[in-house]
Amino acid sequence: MSLANAVAQQPERIIGSPLLEIRAVAKRFGSRDVLKNISLHIASGEFLTLLGESGSGKTTLLRLIAGFEQVTVGEIWMAGERLDSLPPHRRRVNTVFQHYALFPHLNVRENVAYGLRVKNTPSSEIHGRVDEALGMVKMRDFAKTKPSKLSGGQQQRVALARALVNRPQLLLLDEPLSALDANLRKQMQSELKALQREIGITFLFVTHDQEEAMALSDRIALLRDGALEQIASPREIYANPVTAYTAQFIGQTNLLRGEVRNGEAVCGGLRFPATGESGAALFSLRPEAIFPSGKRLLAATDVHFRGIIRKQIYGGSSELLEVHCGDGQLMKIRIPACGPLRGEHEFCFSPRDAVRVRE
Amino acid sequence: MYSRTYKAIVSVLPLLWITLFLLLPYALMFAHSFWAVRDGVIIHQWNLENYKALFINPLYGGVLFRTMRIAAAVTLCSLALGYPLAYFLSFHSGARKELLYQLVIVPLWVSYLVRGYAWKTILGSDGVLNGFLQYVHIAHQPVGFLLYSPFAVVLVLTHIYTPFVFLPIYASLEHIPRPLVEASQDLGAGPAKTFLRVILPLSMPGLLAGATFAFVLSLGDFLAPLLVGGPSGTMIANIVQSLFGAAYEWPLGAAISVCILFITVLLLFLTERLEKRWSFQ
Repeated sequence: MSLANAVAQQPERIIGSPLLEIRAVAKRFGSRDVLKNISLHIASGEFLTLLGESGSGKTTLLRLIAGFEQVTVGEIWMAGERLDSLPPHRRRVNTVFQHYALFPHLNVRENVAYGLRVKNTPSSEIHGRVDEALGMVKMRDFAKTKPSKLSGGQQQRVALARALVNRPQLLLLDEPLSALDANLRKQMQSELKALQREIGITFLFVTHDQEEAMALSDRIALLRDGALEQIASPREIYANPVTAYTAQFIGQTNLLRGEVRNGEAVCGGLRFPATGESGAALFSLRPEAIFPSGKRLLAATDVHFRGIIRKQIYGGSSELLEVHCGDGQLMKIRIPACGPLRGEHEFCFSPRDAVRVRE
Repeated sequence: MYSRTYKAIVSVLPLLWITLFLLLPYALMFAHSFWAVRDGVIIHQWNLENYKALFINPLYGGVLFRTMRIAAAVTLCSLALGYPLAYFLSFHSGARKELLYQLVIVPLWVSYLVRGYAWKTILGSDGVLNGFLQYVHIAHQPVGFLLYSPFAVVLVLTHIYTPFVFLPIYASLEHIPRPLVEASQDLGAGPAKTFLRVILPLSMPGLLAGATFAFVLSLGDFLAPLLVGGPSGTMIANIVQSLFGAAYEWPLGAAISVCILFITVLLLFLTERLEKRWSFQ
């Protein structure tokens, strides 16, 4: 069995009952349908990511849940309560904004205390909870600092503390890491994930970065042009993409176009066994599921093909080959780093790794 | 950087302007305030009599006090009108924003005098307002205090200076990043708390600038009291004008001007410091 399929069959992390239910929600701005008939459940304690290109509607969906926009059609429920009819300040939801949106006239402590203060929490309680929240994000030493004096990463932590101090049932994060540089971003990713595990609050995270989504999420909801393309765990969505769009958006893939007849797929010069209905078909084959023929134990079912190496992109531990097959098909193949290659070679893959996808 | 010739060429005009129209007149005014008039001639004899007269003669102190009261009233009234207007335009006017903004600005293009005369026809004893009040039987004879009173002066100045108050407030409201308002709501603050805790503090620089405009411009105004003030609505600038005119008391007029200038500069200094304290963007 191939690696990709093997990992997909590991059990998913066990998560609780539904906290948030999005029921057939649509949003229209003027004549533009930004969201089309979205239905989605978020389990209590889950880390769910809304992934999509800019303009896919992911931020709009987040704003509908926060209450900054009104749904055109549909309902949003949280913990048995209708959410979409409440004004934003009455929802037990907090948001971490893309550019943090810290109050510039308040210092770090006052920023974090804001939510408790406007809800008239006793000041003795405010003090302890703010300290706790600042400790959680390691920002206690900056309590008296104004936001303008903080770095991006520090502002990010304060924004997180300001939201978490209210102990929301659901935390919405709108591309919170997109303004940080690469290294800091990686570090914040792992801190964010650790924090979420520790406090057990449900996270709904918006990003356009598929790697970030893969690294953080329990499940990924992929949005495309305002519609839900696929929702599954990172492993499942990578190993078994339902559509060609998903296969291409999440990681890299080769799309093989052809036909299925009598249990056999014919894609150009390639023939391999395939199930499912007969007719035109599209398969996704990940670059790392293809091997140079000599480099692995032969299995009887393996599909072999020859191709000429056109391009070799060195990536440290691995290399990406672009191989021209006889029938005009261009194949991307990822192999362990092996030094310069040229000329014609034979490659093989297991037919199980060719996943049939919809257009 | 820039050559010395370039710097010299660029700075000569502004310097000339400032010297001719600012420094020189101020120096002359300042000098005059220490001189005297004898037998209808200004004599260059340095003394403090003009400043003494200012404090001893209750007329000047009284009018100056009234002027400051009127300026304060104008400031409060134009803030009360200008702030809500700016707030509405900035946050709730939607697609009509540009149009409404132009409508607020348009009166600034109409001559001050025209607007002053317009109020005269509205407020006079056979004016539009009195006619209306009698028509609906609220008043049985013309209401006198409408025209030629401090009330009329405050009304006209408020009408004229509200756009000046509106503009800086509107600009500072437009500068507030909208995510801050959303963040406030998100953290559980309703509209009133969001206004008091986020919008008002962040618009403070604009509010202070607007208030300063209204107060300082009203303090030195002499057209409104001339048109609609009457004897009870006389302001300090009218006194100065008459001292420089028919009365031919330039030194006393200059001394009063120096006092007003002092008050104005002090006020500008204070509000600038306050504005700095409240500026975060």
